[in-house]
Amino acid sequence: MNRRDFFKKSLQAGLLAGTTLTFGNYKELLAFSKHLPPSPFDLAAIKGGEPDVMFDKAIASLGGMKAFVKKGQTVVVKPNIGWAVSPERGGNTNPLLINRIVKHCFEAGAKDVYVFDHTCDDWKRCYSNSGIERAAKDAGAKVVSGASQGYYQNISVSSGKVMKDAKVHELILESDVFINVPVLKSHGSAELTIGMKNLMGIVWDRRFWHRNDLHQCIADFASFRKPDLTIVDAYYVMKKNGPRGISLEDVVTMKSQIIGKDIVAVDTAAARLFGADPKEIDYIKIAEEMKLGTTDLSKLSINRIIM
Amino acid sequence: MNPVHYKKIRIAVSLLFFIIALVVFLDITNTVQVPLSPWLVYLQFIPSLLKFLSIPGLAAAGFIIILLLTILFGRIYCSSVCPLGTLQDIFSFISKRLNKKKYYKKLKNYEILRYSILSATVITFLAGNLILLDILDPFSNTGKILSNIFRPLVLLLNNVIAFTFEKLNIYTFYPVEIKAVSIVMIAISSLILIIVGAMSFARGRLFCNTICPVGTLLGLISRLSFVKIAIDKNTCNSCNLCEKVCKSGCIDKKLKEIDFERCVGCYNCFSVCPSEGITFTNYFSNDNEKEIIEINLKKRDFISKTILYALSLTGLSLAQVKIIPKKKSTVPVLKKNTVSPPGSLSLSNFTGQCTACHLCVSSCPAQVLQPALWEYGFTGILQPYMDYSASYCTFECVVCGDVCPTGAILPTGAENKKLLQIGKTTFVKENCIVETEKTECGACAEHCPTKAVKMVPYKNLHLPEIKNEYCVGCGACEHACPTIPYKAIYVEGNPVHLVAKKPPSEKINGEVDLKSDFPF
Repeated sequence: MNRRDFFKKSLQAGLLAGTTLTFGNYKELLAFSKHLPPSPFDLAAIKGGEPDVMFDKAIASLGGMKAFVKKGQTVVVKPNIGWAVSPERGGNTNPLLINRIVKHCFEAGAKDVYVFDHTCDDWKRCYSNSGIERAAKDAGAKVVSGASQGYYQNISVSSGKVMKDAKVHELILESDVFINVPVLKSHGSAELTIGMKNLMGIVWDRRFWHRNDLHQCIADFASFRKPDLTIVDAYYVMKKNGPRGISLEDVVTMKSQIIGKDIVAVDTAAARLFGADPKEIDYIKIAEEMKLGTTDLSKLSINRIIM
Repeated sequence: MNPVHYKKIRIAVSLLFFIIALVVFLDITNTVQVPLSPWLVYLQFIPSLLKFLSIPGLAAAGFIIILLLTILFGRIYCSSVCPLGTLQDIFSFISKRLNKKKYYKKLKNYEILRYSILSATVITFLAGNLILLDILDPFSNTGKILSNIFRPLVLLLNNVIAFTFEKLNIYTFYPVEIKAVSIVMIAISSLILIIVGAMSFARGRLFCNTICPVGTLLGLISRLSFVKIAIDKNTCNSCNLCEKVCKSGCIDKKLKEIDFERCVGCYNCFSVCPSEGITFTNYFSNDNEKEIIEINLKKRDFISKTILYALSLTGLSLAQVKIIPKKKSTVPVLKKNTVSPPGSLSLSNFTGQCTACHLCVSSCPAQVLQPALWEYGFTGILQPYMDYSASYCTFECVVCGDVCPTGAILPTGAENKKLLQIGKTTFVKENCIVETEKTECGACAEHCPTKAVKMVPYKNLHLPEIKNEYCVGCGACEHACPTIPYKAIYVEGNPVHLVAKKPPSEKINGEVDLKSDFPF
C-alpha cells in the first residue's frame, strides 16, 4: 500500500504542479540519462517492414529504449486487446510488436514489465485470440487481468472539463514507465482509435465516456497521465467497420508504425497515415486546445524511415 | 468377489462422479467444462432421457444403460452415479461422525407420497411442462446447489487470494468479476440444500425414497430386477447390524426382509454382515430393537450463516452498480420475449427440455447465461436465459451447447452459431444519448460483431441504424448501451430462432504503396 500511495500522491502532486511537468524534458534533468545524447527526433515514422523489425529501427532513432526505461524501473505496456479476434483482423495491437517492445524494456534494464488491457469481449478470449498473451509472456512480461474492478483506483482528472474523476488500473499508477501501444483503426463513434482513445482501456467505467460526450472525455482523460511513449501499430489497419470489424475484408496491410512522446502529435500523424483529416477528429482538436500536445507536425522533427 | 468389496467399489465410483461434478461446476477458469462434463452427464438419468427424446442416438443413450443396470442389479444409479446421492451420503457421514452411537433404523414406506410425486412429474412432463423436473431432478439440483451457492464461494475465495497476492505485486492469480448475483436463486438453491441436507443428516436416504422422482421410478423398475439383495434366513444370526447401517431404512429385521424397491444399492449391509446372511437370494426373520439416539442438527447455526452470506453478497452486488446518470432515459423497455441461448432452437423447445442443472451457467465464460425467475413465465422458473444486463454472448463461443446434458441447448458448431439469430434488436431513439445529450456515443455499434447496428449521420452526429437481417441477438449492443435506467437499444428474443444473413463485406482497396512518402 505504501508504494501505491506514494505513486498516487506523487502523480497527483505532479498534476497539480501543472501537466506540462510530466510532458516536459524532466528525464534529461535526472542524473542517469547524462551519458545519453538526446535524440534529435520528436517522432519516428516507419513503413515497409515487419512490426518487430520496424520497431527496432524506429526506437533506435529516438535514442533507444534506454531513453525511456531506466535500470530497475517497472514498465506497464498497454496494447489494445479489445476484441477476441486474430491479429490479421487488425482489431488488436500486433503481438509481434508487443513481444519486441517487452524485450527492449528488459534490455534497457526494466525490473518488471506488465501487460494488460480492459477488454470489451471476454478478456481471456481476447488475450489468447489476439496472440498478445503468448507473445508478451514469451518475452518475459507479466500478463495481468484488467477485468476486475478491484484493480481500479479512484483518481481525479484535475484539468478535465467533463470527466473530473475516474477509476484507473493500479498498474498505471504504480509503474514507473507507461508505454501506450494502440492499433490504428477505424472507429464507429470516435472516427479513429489511436493513442488517446486507447487510454479508455485503462479505466473501469467506459459507459460514462459514452454518456457524457465521448470526444471531450477522450481529451479530458488524456490529461491525466500522458504515456511516456506512444507506439502506433499500423501494420494491419482496419479501414472500416471498426472498432471490431466483421472480416478480413475490412483490413489493409499498411506495414507502418509511428512512435513518439507527444500523444497528440502521434495521433495527428497516424490519422494522416490512415488517410483522415486530423482536423475532422474532435478529440484531437480538443486535446490541442487543452494544450496536451501539438497537431502542427511542421514544428516537430520527424524521422521518416522507408524500408 | 468377496461381497465386502462391493461397498468399496460403490464409494470409489460415487466419489469419482462427485469429484468430477465438483470440478465441472466449480472451475472458475472455465477451461475443463467442455472436455470433462460429458463424463459426468452421460449417465445422468433425466438429462440423458431428455436429450434422447430430442436427438435419439448413442450419444444420449446413458439413461438406457442406467435402465439396464437397474433391471439387473437395482438402483445402482442412486448410490454410485447420482451426485445428489453422494452429497447426501456426505451429510450422513458427517452426522455419524458427530454422533458415533448413531445408527439407522427401518423407515416407513411413504408409498403414496412417492407415487404421487412421480405421477405428477410424469403427467406435467407429458403435458410439456418441466417445472417439477426443474425443482426435483437430482442431478440438476446438485448443479443448482454447486453453481449458485458453492461457485460464488469459490469465486470469493479466489478473489481474496488474488487480491492478497496483488498486494505483494504478484499477479499470477486473477480475480473473477461476479457479473450477476441473484439472491432468489441463492435462496432457492439453499432451500434445496437445506431440505436434502437435513433429511440425509437425520435419516440417510429418506429424500431418495420420498421426494425424488428418479428414485421412485428406478425403484419401481427394480421390482423387476434379476439380482436382488435379500437376507438368507439360514445363515443370518439376527445381529441386526445390517439394519443399523442401511441408509434407506429398507431392512425389516423382524421379517428379515429387504424392501428392494427402496434399496439404493449402497452395499453397506454386505460389509457389516458377519455371517454371510446378506445375499442375493433368501429371506427370514428375527426381532431385536434398539432406540435411535437423537441427533443435533445445528440447524440454527447453518441457517444464520446462510442468511449472513446471502446478505453479504447483496452488498457486493449493490456496490458494483453505482453509475451516476446525467440525464435519465425515459422510455421503459418491456421485452415481449426472453432470449434463450443459441442452439435452443425455440423458447418452447428450450423450456420443454431444460431441467435447470445450471451447467451452462457455470460454464459460460461471459457469464451471460443466468437463471431466470419469471423471464420465461412460471413454467420456466430457474431455467437459464440470456441476461444482457450481466454480459453479452461472445460471438465465437459455443460452450453452452457443448456442455448441455439434456439437449435443451444443442451443439451448433462455431461457424453456424455466428449466423444463429436468437433475437432481434430494437432501437429506442428517445432514450439514446445522441438524441438526449446531443453528443456522439456509438457504444452499441462498436460492440456489434456483424454491424447489424451501424452509426449513420444524423444532425452533425451519428445515430445507430439497425439492419436486423444481420442481427444475431448476441446482446452486445444492449450490454454496452450506457443509458439508464432504460436502455436505448435492446434485444427482443425470437420465439423461434432464425438464421441471420451473412453480413455483406466488400474488400477494401488494399493497394498500399510501401515506398511512397508519408502523408506528413
